[in-house]
Amino acid sequence: MSLSDLHADMTEPRRAPRTIPDRLTSPLRRNLLGWESLLLIVGIAIFILNAFASPYFLSAWSLSDATFNFTEKAMIAFAMALLIVAGEIDLSVASIIALASTAMGAAATAGAGTPVLVLIGLGTGLLCGAFNGTLVTRLGLPSIVVTIGTMSLFRGISYIVLGDGAYRGYPTSFQWFGQGYVFWVISFEFVLFAVLAVIFGLLLHKTNFGRAVYAVGNNPTAALFSGIRVARVKMTLFLLTGLMSGVAAICLTARLGSTRPSIALGMELEVVTMVVLGGVSILGGAGSIPGVVIAAFVLGLVTFGLGLLNVPGIVMSIFTGALLIGVIALPRLIAKWRR
Amino acid sequence: MTQTDQSRGAALRVLELDGIVKTFPGVKALDGVNLSLRAGEVTALVGENGAGKSTIVKILTGIYQPDGGEILLDGASIRFPDADAAARAGVTAIHQETVLFEELTVAENIFIGHAPRGRFGMIDWAAMRKRATEILRSIGAEIDAEVKLADLGIASRHLVAIARALSVDARVVIMDEPTAALSHKEIEELFALVDMLKSQGKAILFISHKFDEIFRLADRYTVFRDGQFVGEGKIGDVTHDDLVKMMVGRAVDQVFPKRSPVIGAPVLTVAGYSHPTEFEDINFTLRSGEILGFYGLVGAGRSEFMQSLIGITKPSKGVVRIDDRVRVIRSPAAAIDEGIVYVPEDRGKQGAITQLPIFQNVTLPSLGKTSRHGFTRMAEEFALARTYCERLDLRAASLDTTVGSLSGGNQQKVVIAKWLATQPRVIILDEPTKGIDIGSKAAVHDFMAELAGAGLAVIMVSSEIPEILGMSDRVIVMREGRIVAELEGDEMSPEVLVRHAAGIEEQLEAAQ
Amino acid sequence: MTLRTIPREVILGLVIIALCGVIAARFPNFVRPSNLLSVATDTAPLIMLALGQFAVIVTRCIDLSVAANLALTGMICALLNVAMPGFPMGLMLPLALVVGAGLGAINGVLVWKVGIPPIVVTLGTMTVFRGIIFLLSGGSWVNAHEMSASFTQFPRIPVLGIELLAWIAVIAVLGVYLLVTRTALGRAFYAVGGNPHAAVYTGIDVGRTQFLAFVLSGALAGMTGYLWVARYAVAYVEIANGFELDVVAACVIGGVAIAGGAGSVGGVVLGALFLGVIKNALPVVNISPFWQLAISGTAIIIAVALNARSNRPKGRIILKKAEHSHEPV
Repeated sequence: MSLSDLHADMTEPRRAPRTIPDRLTSPLRRNLLGWESLLLIVGIAIFILNAFASPYFLSAWSLSDATFNFTEKAMIAFAMALLIVAGEIDLSVASIIALASTAMGAAATAGAGTPVLVLIGLGTGLLCGAFNGTLVTRLGLPSIVVTIGTMSLFRGISYIVLGDGAYRGYPTSFQWFGQGYVFWVISFEFVLFAVLAVIFGLLLHKTNFGRAVYAVGNNPTAALFSGIRVARVKMTLFLLTGLMSGVAAICLTARLGSTRPSIALGMELEVVTMVVLGGVSILGGAGSIPGVVIAAFVLGLVTFGLGLLNVPGIVMSIFTGALLIGVIALPRLIAKWRR
Repeated sequence: MTQTDQSRGAALRVLELDGIVKTFPGVKALDGVNLSLRAGEVTALVGENGAGKSTIVKILTGIYQPDGGEILLDGASIRFPDADAAARAGVTAIHQETVLFEELTVAENIFIGHAPRGRFGMIDWAAMRKRATEILRSIGAEIDAEVKLADLGIASRHLVAIARALSVDARVVIMDEPTAALSHKEIEELFALVDMLKSQGKAILFISHKFDEIFRLADRYTVFRDGQFVGEGKIGDVTHDDLVKMMVGRAVDQVFPKRSPVIGAPVLTVAGYSHPTEFEDINFTLRSGEILGFYGLVGAGRSEFMQSLIGITKPSKGVVRIDDRVRVIRSPAAAIDEGIVYVPEDRGKQGAITQLPIFQNVTLPSLGKTSRHGFTRMAEEFALARTYCERLDLRAASLDTTVGSLSGGNQQKVVIAKWLATQPRVIILDEPTKGIDIGSKAAVHDFMAELAGAGLAVIMVSSEIPEILGMSDRVIVMREGRIVAELEGDEMSPEVLVRHAAGIEEQLEAAQ
Repeated sequence: MTLRTIPREVILGLVIIALCGVIAARFPNFVRPSNLLSVATDTAPLIMLALGQFAVIVTRCIDLSVAANLALTGMICALLNVAMPGFPMGLMLPLALVVGAGLGAINGVLVWKVGIPPIVVTLGTMTVFRGIIFLLSGGSWVNAHEMSASFTQFPRIPVLGIELLAWIAVIAVLGVYLLVTRTALGRAFYAVGGNPHAAVYTGIDVGRTQFLAFVLSGALAGMTGYLWVARYAVAYVEIANGFELDVVAACVIGGVAIAGGAGSVGGVVLGALFLGVIKNALPVVNISPFWQLAISGTAIIIAVALNARSNRPKGRIILKKAEHSHEPV
């Protein structure tokens, strides 16, 4: 028997040349049924509820105030989303804020000007990210334990420096990063948030680097075999997360106008919640920046709405925690129930 | 078959499966299959990959629950809701995958789940060690029951797995490809063990791809094809060809593409390549248009060497020349730049990213070509992916479907397409047809011949002798990390390959 | 013999002795038996929580809610004592144990039945538990004068000259030791963490085993919650805030592999004692207690780096001569 006979025998009649379509469902249609759409509906519902719950909600200024509840966290969440998609995590982000803020406070006390403070904030963030990234990529340690360790270490250094004291006296020009408005009710932080959302969205969804992030998160071995420099990708993501924590440290410090070692305590949880709520798989490999952006709005609206109703912060954390578990549990329970 | 034969057979039947059905989302893995296992007999279960063999093992051991049909133990209907229930009913399995625990001791690995209990229901370690030692001795294994499994080699671990199967008072022993990781000597020892189990009246289900083993060991056979029962009978009543015919539904000679190789200039020259623990002093030259076969037993160091060629592991010494220029390859990315690509053996772990769509898999190593200034361009990606996927006759609903939803053969085509898209000069294929159906196998062979014909230099690592002999222009045999033979033309015969790979040739030389 | 072959417990034991020796060189009072005993007693809560965390980590999970569980159960006990001062003390400890186990079971069910990754579950319950304390207490403190004397005195009752708290920790250590070395469940912890796939084949229910590890962790945290609140005679929302990190640190320092399947009770106890000695030594050697956080962070990082070194896969050794040279000399 010749090979062509064998082929003919093996397979159904061949249509030659056989073409394979690019896609069967359009990406638009797929998105309409996706997690982001569901989240958007939830967000709109909460918005409407808020509007009914408090007469003060629907004013431009109170909406503008509401954005401060999520802008700093969201900046970190964008980078964290990429890191989690790549299969790693950084629990030290809030502690990086503390350390960066402490470094800036020390510099401000020594009389440094605003540009120097910004550089110190960004530089500290990058250094911390490099430290995490080196431990994870060079020594091959699990990122969850490494960053639990550096979470203690970074904030610990702040405590060593500050004890129960605080830094105040930042230059007025520095405070603009946290309190300034670019136009009418549009704050600098909100503009920065929007710009970063676009940058990170493009980075993850439209670049080769973003593709590598998905590949690494889904199957690091196959990614390595495919010529992806896995360690370099992960290192870059830890640096980015550190850098974004530095950015958030600048905004938060400028907004508060002071630094204590307990600054941003527990924020890593809210950042991870935002990322997971945004549809990023905690196991890596899947997720989107638009999802994180919507999740940021949803969380900000919930916090602000509860604030208008005079619900104390610690009780809000019940909502955050329950939301985190709920949004992951719900699809799984539905899938289970359907089976 | 006479009347007495029949009644005798019925009396001996220990375990029977009757009309078993098992469905997974989108696939009917088993469609009303029958299987009967008799005391003191070895039944070989034969079928291609995807015939449903693994599924039946999982049903017999309580991992899966059948959707239909009946399991009969001594003629009475029984259910195995979990692995424990199957074990209590005396059904035990030596699995294909390692189902052992590195951090536990040998004794515990043998007894986990049914450890002897002492006072207050506490585990009786002394009794457990004593019984473990007894079982190990009974199968001729010189293994200390108190060492951690992590400290044992592969062959010893296998003996522990067998000891575990014997630690329950088993009536039915399932051996799922038990020889896959073993050397010749170890396989012989295993066969002796199977004979011993037979003489103890145990019913044995033996699953293997290797026909020589099946005809050596089995008393009876059962054939599955695509989840359906095809036939059964005494092994003495059939020939190799009969079984193959039943497996694939037609008579098949393995046909390899006929080639008239045009062998050109040397492309890749490897000199003195060594690694501290995996391989030593590897020397060879690969020419364009050539298919160079690498034969050896599993664990001969072939894959380890190939992976060091593309920079996954670092060699301790040695030189690689590409077109007579010395090149140092430190990463797969660098290898791709040099035009050397490696299609790994383990498709799911190293080859494909099964969760990502086909087109993204194909373009992953070629993103530099399909993108502009680091930004991806979808249209270019789809075009590149389509070119190679259609060339390989990929069967997929669309290029946007995930690789994981494809059959094994089609997944392999995606992986090969991915590497061809980089337009390599040297392609290394590691067990390129392992675990794929015969149709895809022929397509891969066909394509390899075409590639070599187009001037590519091809290295094929394979443990299948017909494939090695049918495809290669030249064969290198490796054993224990070293090249032991380089064969060409008439020297390439199955006997010679096996003798070199098993070290028989070297022993003879040493004796002289 | 290389560093790799010396058991972690021996190394840790020597490090702790060396640490005490260095401190004793300048502050001999530190190694007085009475002081060492009080160090051990102070470390008892950490030891008990670390034992539960150890079981959870061995099964490839993590429980970040232990400190919140401790605080919530402690608050419940304190409020019960305020509401019913006559509630028999003999029942308070079992009650705390049951409440804690229930909270642990919530984590366990979410991991087992819903299939949510443990880190997400326990990050979530950690905040929820803290929030519930606020709801229960209205944000106010329960102070010593509101608690009955028998309530606060219970952990301090001396038995053979040692506080009951320490004895309870000793019992917990022995109990967990017997559990993990001598019972099917304990060995299943190791099996599930070492090779979950294989565990299924040996008839072990992976999810159920992990669930039970969470229940154990919760029970120990709850029990410690009452003892903590009683010993320090105060209960409020932020009790033991961040303590879960010390607990994980104790396990990691004690050689428990974060990837599951490996670790020992002895290592965990020594890991906790190591942190306990440092914590108690800082004020003695006149270092600000603010150093403690950074020191335990550093200890976690060093320990996890050491763990990774000793657990590095040896790989398949193909060459015969290499095989010989790798044999222990």
